[in-house]
Amino acid sequence: AMDTDLSSQDRKDLDKFIKFFALKTVQVIVQARLGEKICTRSSSSPTGSDWFNLAIKDIPEVTHEAKKALAGQLPAVGRSMCVEISLKTSEGDSMELEIWCLEMNEKCDKEIKVSYTVYNRLSLLLKSLLAITRVTPAYRLSRKQGHEYVILYRIYFGEVQLSGLGEGFQTVRVGTVGTPVGTITLSCAYRINLAFMSTRQFERTPPIMGIIIDHFVDRPYPSSSPMHPCNYRAGEDNAAVYPSVEDSQEVCTTSFSTSPPSQCVFTVTKAHFQTPPPVVTDTLKVPVMGLAFSHQLSSSRLSYQPAALGVGSADMGYPVLFAGGLNAAHPHQLIGPGKEGGVPPIPSQPAHGTQADQERMCTPLDGVHYSAATPSSSEDTETVSNSSEGKCGSPHDLLETIFIRKVGAFVNKPINQVTMANLDIPFAMFAPKNVELEDNDPMVNPPDSPETESPLQGSLHSEGSSGSSTGNTHDDFVMIDFKPAFSKDDILPMDLGTFYREFQNPPQLSSLSIDIGAQSMAEDLDSLPEKLAVHEKNVKEFDAFVETLQ
Amino acid sequence: PCRTCCLAPSGAAPAMNCRAEVLEVSVEGRQVEEAMLAVLHTVLLHRSTGKFHYKKEGTYSIGTVGTQDVDCDFIDFAYVRVSSEELDRALRKAVGEFKDALRNSGSDGMGQISLEFYQKKKSRWPFSDECIPWELWTIKVNVVNLANEQERQICREKVGEKLCEKIINIVEVMNRHEYLPKMPTQSEVDNVFDTSLKDVQPYLYKISYQITDSLGTSVTTTMRRLIKDTLAL
Repeated sequence: AMDTDLSSQDRKDLDKFIKFFALKTVQVIVQARLGEKICTRSSSSPTGSDWFNLAIKDIPEVTHEAKKALAGQLPAVGRSMCVEISLKTSEGDSMELEIWCLEMNEKCDKEIKVSYTVYNRLSLLLKSLLAITRVTPAYRLSRKQGHEYVILYRIYFGEVQLSGLGEGFQTVRVGTVGTPVGTITLSCAYRINLAFMSTRQFERTPPIMGIIIDHFVDRPYPSSSPMHPCNYRAGEDNAAVYPSVEDSQEVCTTSFSTSPPSQCVFTVTKAHFQTPPPVVTDTLKVPVMGLAFSHQLSSSRLSYQPAALGVGSADMGYPVLFAGGLNAAHPHQLIGPGKEGGVPPIPSQPAHGTQADQERMCTPLDGVHYSAATPSSSEDTETVSNSSEGKCGSPHDLLETIFIRKVGAFVNKPINQVTMANLDIPFAMFAPKNVELEDNDPMVNPPDSPETESPLQGSLHSEGSSGSSTGNTHDDFVMIDFKPAFSKDDILPMDLGTFYREFQNPPQLSSLSIDIGAQSMAEDLDSLPEKLAVHEKNVKEFDAFVETLQ
Repeated sequence: PCRTCCLAPSGAAPAMNCRAEVLEVSVEGRQVEEAMLAVLHTVLLHRSTGKFHYKKEGTYSIGTVGTQDVDCDFIDFAYVRVSSEELDRALRKAVGEFKDALRNSGSDGMGQISLEFYQKKKSRWPFSDECIPWELWTIKVNVVNLANEQERQICREKVGEKLCEKIINIVEVMNRHEYLPKMPTQSEVDNVFDTSLKDVQPYLYKISYQITDSLGTSVTTTMRRLIKDTLAL
């Protein structure tokens, strides 16, 4: 009965507007999490294909996914379109950051003009969405992704699931638009535990990581997942019938070009690293590094690449941007999991021209996991545990910054089985043949200082391997790492700003601490009378001395 | 055409039916420009359309508005603005003058910058057109001085967070869908929109500013003046 108030043309228009509004909403959100700045041009002459008079590009794969999720339906009461944004570290831990919800409620505005007012308000709402997507915490995280983590998106349709956001999540409303069939609302629920988690801290502050680890949940297997799996298997029939609306967006001429891999240097930090580095097992969920597509979008360049996640992972999200991790010499070389510790390379994937669908077929739905060699710029960093040394009484010990030996960011094998051949480090042939376990690592357990009279003498006359900073006498060659101050991947991966801030707060001098100070003062006071007596006795000598000065 | 220049009598209350929003920020001196641009651009993003092209029979088509991300250098913050160099230049000019006025005033760094949207109402001769404001945004600025690098770093982050809140506030106001001028006919379009830009079409707007001295009263010496039409008689 309600619908009869709306002319059939208006109804058709309204459905079309809502459908394309939903598609554009997804584009705006996903593009805002790609990690790059977006730029589109204004055009005074209408091209006829810019919905809502806004220049919002359409990434074909994103449209494809959105349409699949919607399956021909429109948001309605109880059927909301949700875009879930999550973060995934290279270790496979993931965490939901945001859920963007496009919902419809029953409150109708019968008087409103569909083709005019609703359309313009939807346009305004998209502008608000553009603005709001830059102010939630995930934006800054997404701008710095690529090294330690990636940002993934997942679209689902149905009931909104907010449980993955942790406690105390916040919501921000982007806006609402009343229509004759209901009120469209667009909002975002976002995890707030990240609010203080700037990427600076992500890189080097384990206590923050400690909190986050609580939230890292291994995704349950699909059968137990509460969420609708986003099934990206290629070739599956889209059973849904699309409305027969003229749809200029349906045509996607995709042209892909491979983009050179950007540097990806991965350092994992964990708060309390008591156990040896985790042996990576088959449950490692690692996005495929192999192919990075870039889709040319006027003056901006966005890279995106579907994720290929491990079997059993309900996380079928698509990485919004994942660059790097590729060996620069072999952009498409993938290294498969070692069976007996060997690392058989997998033949290169086709370089370009691959449709997104086809590319997804290479993903490991059959239990094989891919990992990739680190780029040539990676170096063999070592694991250091500050806390066990008790080097200084400074509060910085509490940081317990721990670094895992970075042999290969996504190598799917115990670290000590990786052969040097896979590492693109300078002077690799001179490096120790066996990558040492943490126990043997001189940086973790430094060798005892030589038993000499004076430290200085010891260092000058030591019989040990001179010039060896590692003290490892097994090797003929010693790899010397040149680590300029403040360089990345240094023993302490600090940038200059962080270093400056930390050293602006030096520890309290022990002599200034109350106990010692009080003690020495008591002693001083006690000895005063004695000293006075001595001075009085020698007063003549003092006077004579003073006269010589005058 | 009216752009950034305007005369707003100091202390004048907005006209009836003009909604007024006030935002306040405390920033360091070098953050003033970026913070002001972030707010002004966000408002104008919502208050600009594509260029109108009128066709026969009173219909019109609307051009396309592009957008782009802007990263701030002195604030941990990014915002979206309309892709229009002309508009950006106009805003930068106004904000630059405001910043200079703040710096030179010798006051303890307090001032406010206002963005007013208005409609022109044609009057018959001999009366000249009225400018009737329908929305007024005022940003009150308090400039702080910081002692060391550590404080500056904290300020970068804090101001970034504050600006995020301001953006959310602005979007809330925009979402109320309150009064907007009616879409004009071709003959009226210049009474509602600024049609002088070649790529986008913001509603007619004016930017003005005031520097407050330490007593909180407004000091008018730093305001820019244009001859108001009604005073031209």
